Amino acid sequence: MAFRPIKSLLALCFSLFILLQPTKILASEPAAASAEHAKTEEGSFNVTETILEHIKDDHSWHLWGHTSIHLPVILYTSKGVEVFSSEKFVNEHHEPVVYKGNFDYKLIEGKTKIVNLAGALDVEASKQLWDFSITKNVASLFVSVFILLVVLLTAAGAYKKTGITSAPKGLQSFMEPIVLFVRDEVAIPNIGAKRYAKFMPFLLTIFFLILTNNFLGLIPFFPGGANVSGNIAFTMTLAVCVFIVVNLNANKSYWEHIFWMPGMHWSMKLFLAPIELIGVFTKPISLMIRLFANITAGHILVLSLICLIFIFKTVFASAIAVPFAVFIGLIELLVAFLQAFIFTMLAAMYIGMATEEHHHDAHEAHDEHKEVAHH
Amino acid sequence: MLLEINPLVLPDIGLVFWNTIAFLVLLIVLGKFAWKPMLKAINERESGIEEALLKADKMKAEITAMQNENEALLAKAREERATIIKEAKEASEKMVNEAKDKAKSEYERIISDAQAAIAQQKNAAMVDVKNQVGALVINVAEKVLRKELANKADQESYIKQIAEEVKLN
Repeated sequence: MAFRPIKSLLALCFSLFILLQPTKILASEPAAASAEHAKTEEGSFNVTETILEHIKDDHSWHLWGHTSIHLPVILYTSKGVEVFSSEKFVNEHHEPVVYKGNFDYKLIEGKTKIVNLAGALDVEASKQLWDFSITKNVASLFVSVFILLVVLLTAAGAYKKTGITSAPKGLQSFMEPIVLFVRDEVAIPNIGAKRYAKFMPFLLTIFFLILTNNFLGLIPFFPGGANVSGNIAFTMTLAVCVFIVVNLNANKSYWEHIFWMPGMHWSMKLFLAPIELIGVFTKPISLMIRLFANITAGHILVLSLICLIFIFKTVFASAIAVPFAVFIGLIELLVAFLQAFIFTMLAAMYIGMATEEHHHDAHEAHDEHKEVAHH
Repeated sequence: MLLEINPLVLPDIGLVFWNTIAFLVLLIVLGKFAWKPMLKAINERESGIEEALLKADKMKAEITAMQNENEALLAKAREERATIIKEAKEASEKMVNEAKDKAKSEYERIISDAQAAIAQQKNAAMVDVKNQVGALVINVAEKVLRKELANKADQESYIKQIAEEVKLN
């Protein structure tokens, strides 16, 4: 385990690196503002808008040039479910128009809203609108699900075909080390050899889903290009799943440690209970924000570097921007794996903390926790 | 609006909905058809390898035990062979000695018998010789006496001479 310190050092470097990213984005904001200012004068390039457009979800999936896939819009309103193509939101000149369905719908800042007869946003009516559209992110998520199903079911099928005595081959030999990594480095050290098996499918699914979407997000063109794992809805869903799994499997001593910390004075217990209770929620929230911020920040950074070319309006800017973007892209590859690992690792750790059997010697158990945390 | 939330951190219900479905589908399908067989196979392989290693160790121990046993057997056999040879040697020596002794005693017996026979025959011969010598002497003496004692004077002188020779003690 000699590489452990190096690993934590790397993690520290990346944390710092990623922490520093928002300041860079902020720093680019005045420039963006001035660019916006300039836009009104000479119709120039708006960096913030461009970047956010790439980060955000969309109703159409851009392929190349003026070609894009118009994804279906699924709306649920007080008048029932409505399905139509997002093509209806734009006219032949790619200008936003009002679609007249059960209500009058229009895309406002990329989101479907109900508008009144004058074409202005109807806030009250829009609150009743539930948008279940297959957006770019949803479609990309489905692509990742499809890839995962094909790849993993093929890999799993190989065991049936070749039996367990032969060495893994092809796809199987590629997936098996990752599965073993999740088992031996994530599940067993955090949950314990006795209870880990129950949570393996959950952890593996989370790990592979995040990993696939991280990688798909790094591909700049069609099958990828969507920012799924950098979308707060995606990370929130997974964090909620972790929250549910952790709390459903939590044992008595876990709740005891939250509401009535053993071995403390009663006044201390009263003081600790609300803090521990907040901790129950901050754990999944931290999972949600960490993944969202890391992936989004990476995308923003790459996009910002590419935008430099358009800000300076010279092709020579690409001499600096492109190598940097490639460099960041390579780091993003690492981050894609790292974040999937960290999310799964922390999920396993929370599960481990909730299912751990506290023995009479409470100190020993706490030491174990610390040791796990250090890894 | 004072606190306008950035659309980036505002989760869309659509994606939450589809993501939940996608995740559950993945969890169930992969859980049943991918993770379960994979983990089972991996575990089985691992336990198989472990078992094989244990078995190999056991076999090794068994082989070592067998070898030891073989060696012990060999040593025992060697020892036995040595004892058998020794015993055989002793037995043969004993037999030879016995035979020698027997031969010696037989030889001695034969010799003594022979000597006894020789002595007997010698005695018999001697007796025979003596008898014949006696008979001869008597014959000679008779003949001599017959001749000598033809006259009375010689007869009386001879008796006298014999009488003188015979000492009465």
